[in-house]
Amino acid sequence: MDQLILQFFNVEVMAKAWPLLLRGLGMTALLCLAVIPLGLLGGLLAALASTSQSRWLRWPTVALIDLFRALPPLVLLIFVYSGLPFTGLQLPPFLAVVIAFLLNNSAYYGEIIRAGLISVPAGQSEAARSTGLTQSQTLIHVVLPQALRNVLPDLISNSVEVVKMTSLASVVSLAELLYSADMARSVTYNASPITLAALIYLILLWPVVRLMSRFQRKIAI
Amino acid sequence: MSEMNATDRVGGTKPPTLQLSGLHKSFGTVEVLREIDLTVERGQMVFVLGRSGSGKSTMLRCCNRLEEPSAGSIFLEGQDICARGVDLDKIRRRIGMVFQSFNLYPHLDARRNVTLALRKVLKLGRDEADERATSALDRVGLANRADHYPGQLSGGQQQRVAIARAIALQPVVMLFDEPTSALDPELVGEVIAVMRELKDLHMTMLVVSHEMAFAREAADRVVFMADGRIVEDAPPEQFFTQPSEESTRAFLARYSA
Repeated sequence: MDQLILQFFNVEVMAKAWPLLLRGLGMTALLCLAVIPLGLLGGLLAALASTSQSRWLRWPTVALIDLFRALPPLVLLIFVYSGLPFTGLQLPPFLAVVIAFLLNNSAYYGEIIRAGLISVPAGQSEAARSTGLTQSQTLIHVVLPQALRNVLPDLISNSVEVVKMTSLASVVSLAELLYSADMARSVTYNASPITLAALIYLILLWPVVRLMSRFQRKIAI
Repeated sequence: MSEMNATDRVGGTKPPTLQLSGLHKSFGTVEVLREIDLTVERGQMVFVLGRSGSGKSTMLRCCNRLEEPSAGSIFLEGQDICARGVDLDKIRRRIGMVFQSFNLYPHLDARRNVTLALRKVLKLGRDEADERATSALDRVGLANRADHYPGQLSGGQQQRVAIARAIALQPVVMLFDEPTSALDPELVGEVIAVMRELKDLHMTMLVVSHEMAFAREAADRVVFMADGRIVEDAPPEQFFTQPSEESTRAFLARYSA
């Protein structure tokens, strides 16, 4: 038992690793600040294109969304970071992560927002257009607010997935939370920094997850 | 902008508010409107009756091009709104429309349902838009419900807000697409009362509805449609007492029975 506590819950090691992990957390936060808004934006564009009247816009978008939802994000990341250099394009790790996640997230957020868009009855647009609002005014003031509200729980839970997914960036040596914890583990030869990283993820995400469940129960009623 | 004056041919008077001429509409191979000619003069209330599937709603929805006509022309105060290059959004702000299912914006309260187009289409300032919204809501008897969201209003109140949303833009004609069909019977009266008041204010109205008693009492003309055609067009007294067409008689017999 003591051995277990010493190996996994060693407060002394945790304290020593803390500054390193804090820097890692900063990088994780920075990644999230880049990939979540970009993913939402890409998702919005993907959703608009995939619900467009024009099949020349719709079909390629649907194909791309399918592709990036089917590809494991880790495969995508390694392809962008280690595959592209064979074409002479070596991206810095941060940029590689942002690009890979943009592609993956746009597909997922896109499907969620698309579901939101088609959940808004056609009569809403018709009413708006009948008062002289343009197509984009109708989208911005009438359709999107309702669409996003209808899928808000899904958008939030997907964002939780994205936060967790940023730990994949450790494989391209980006010093985010997990990478920093693993560094600390290898230096201290002790698993406690990993435990600490897990605790940090838990403390950050558990309230969101809890809130989501309550929120969804409320909607169900 | 093509300003084709439809009545110049007949005389020099002001063109009718709304004129449909040779209107056709097909969905795929199904012809839902054939050779529709209809004139709504300024200040008139014209009722459109007919069985479901006779094309009434489609005809109404062609009038502001929510439905695109397959052929024919539509003139709004003499201007061909199907002409190439017309600014449809500019046309639509002059045509108010009221829908069967109200279609209020559920995320906005009654006031902002009315002000949205005032702000974004007419580009009015907040105060002026609020003022106009209040007076439009007052007209339908709901000024005291301005802060309520559609979900907090009864069906009849929602439809009255929808009417306020349309009249706030001061349209030259109002289209009503079965405005009372989705309402519980006890709520129909309040919507009809508002429409009657609009009629007293000489609003030009084209109304698709099954409210026969209201048509008989308030309409200037009643039009009967069957199979995508207008088969009867007469003043209400004549329409209800001595219709000229067999299909009109059959329809009236079924409804009054």
